[in-house]
Amino acid sequence: MTQISDGDVQHLAQLSNLQLSDDEVVSLRADLENIIGYIQQLDELDTTGVEPTYQVTDLKNVWRDDVVDNYGIDKMSLLQLAPATEADQIKVPKVL
Amino acid sequence: MSRISDFTGVSARVSVEQAISKARENESFNVVLSLTEARALERADAVDRGEITGLLAGVPFIAKDNFLTLGGTTTAASKILENFEAPLQATAIEKLEAEGAICIGKANLDAFAHGGSTENSAYGPTKNAFDQERVAGGSSGGSAVAVALDIVPFTLGTDTGGSIRQPASFNGVVGVKPTYGTVSRYGVVAMASSTDTIGVLATNAHDATIVMDIISGQDKKDATTLADYFAPVTLEGVKKIGVIKEAMTDDVDLEVRQAAQDYIEKLRAAGHTVEEVSLSLLKYALAIYYIVVPAEISSNLGRYDGIRYGRRAEAASLTELYGASRDEGFMAENKRRIMIGSYVLSSGYFDAYYLQAQKVRTLLINEFNELFNTYDMLLTPVAPTPAFKIGENASDPIKMYLEDVMTVPASLAGLPAISVPAGKSATGLPIGVQLIGKRRDDAVLLALAESMEDVA
Repeated sequence: MTQISDGDVQHLAQLSNLQLSDDEVVSLRADLENIIGYIQQLDELDTTGVEPTYQVTDLKNVWRDDVVDNYGIDKMSLLQLAPATEADQIKVPKVL
Repeated sequence: MSRISDFTGVSARVSVEQAISKARENESFNVVLSLTEARALERADAVDRGEITGLLAGVPFIAKDNFLTLGGTTTAASKILENFEAPLQATAIEKLEAEGAICIGKANLDAFAHGGSTENSAYGPTKNAFDQERVAGGSSGGSAVAVALDIVPFTLGTDTGGSIRQPASFNGVVGVKPTYGTVSRYGVVAMASSTDTIGVLATNAHDATIVMDIISGQDKKDATTLADYFAPVTLEGVKKIGVIKEAMTDDVDLEVRQAAQDYIEKLRAAGHTVEEVSLSLLKYALAIYYIVVPAEISSNLGRYDGIRYGRRAEAASLTELYGASRDEGFMAENKRRIMIGSYVLSSGYFDAYYLQAQKVRTLLINEFNELFNTYDMLLTPVAPTPAFKIGENASDPIKMYLEDVMTVPASLAGLPAISVPAGKSATGLPIGVQLIGKRRDDAVLLALAESMEDVA
């Protein structure tokens, strides 16, 4: 059984850009241990020499012409969706 | 329950007004998150004036609220998209509108389609059409109940691991998960891109076929779409059908197995050959699914960061803004899946989980292919139980995930699978049966289902 610590949960939360409350850390730790315990059953299977399947379409290299197509959506209608804008730019808090 | 043909030759305004009032009368089921009344009535009047024509002129429908639509919000049943108004429409919606269909509103779902009961909606669970104390199933719970309550003759849903088939089964309607790549996903909120599909829920297989024929086809806006192959077919000859024995064990509710058995007897009576077959990797499919899908979710949900659209939390720095916006905007199950995804993709664990899962996925696909050398289609129950009580599985994620055990294999292999009504439990809860076909055999499954609908 894989042991997950509160520190592991916090690290995963950081990787996931999630800010968790203390209660969430406790409940997620238990859930992660159970779920990881469950998915570990795949270890029982020998997959030596088996190619992984990443997609099931059989399509390969779907190309398009190198021409800009905005699909009928203009810049302003997208900017209007942003919570904060200034001078046709999306505004965010300081980064550093 | 009504059929699409009931809506031809009648006033579109009357049809739309009736659908909207039925949606309001059934408010206690929590089926719709929003009604797009103004736009719907405007389009209905245009149909009645003869300005909009098409195969579905004036036919009202409801889309799951993860389809981008004009005229209202698209929330994905989440808080982070609570007030999001899309500037464009999903290709599937555009295609239906081009044939004159009228979207009257948006159906409830598990937030971001993460769940099998619609209990994970930020706006409360949808109630089962047959018992308000029970779940609708999910994640397309609102879409299934909307059809079962006869609010509209068909709805759109999405199915990543059973999200159309299981609620269809729980509410006694037909649910279609097409071959992967059949319907464009442009303008639909992405969950797990290697198994996400768009499909239809309807009162009968014939109507489901009509809608599939309209929404399917290649789309340059979705590079994973297949060249258009879907066309209605007439059932020819008798079929050879394999019943997956690993799906008929004691772990499956007796009444569910009995309903499948009854459907099998009807198939035999109609002349089809039905035999027991083995899909030995069935029991591993769920473990593959709960590695691959969270991995893709953790990536796909990275875009909800409070910057370009959606809810933004107050924060002094950018890092805090991301964390707080996502913490406030996601439900517990969203966070659980994102965290699992981050775990299985972490350096040091990638080979053990993600790569191993994708290799076992290959073995599962090989097993399916072998069965399809002999059999035209496969049959299983849809879910191990009829609709369960609201709250019954809420505290145990694994128990909830096990609801998907019979629907995820077709998703991982990209195969078409449909859920058709097969009976009811002693307490009156609907039970469905699942038919899984070869790639691109979607219309054959539907033709078989249609042929069985009139058989008593």
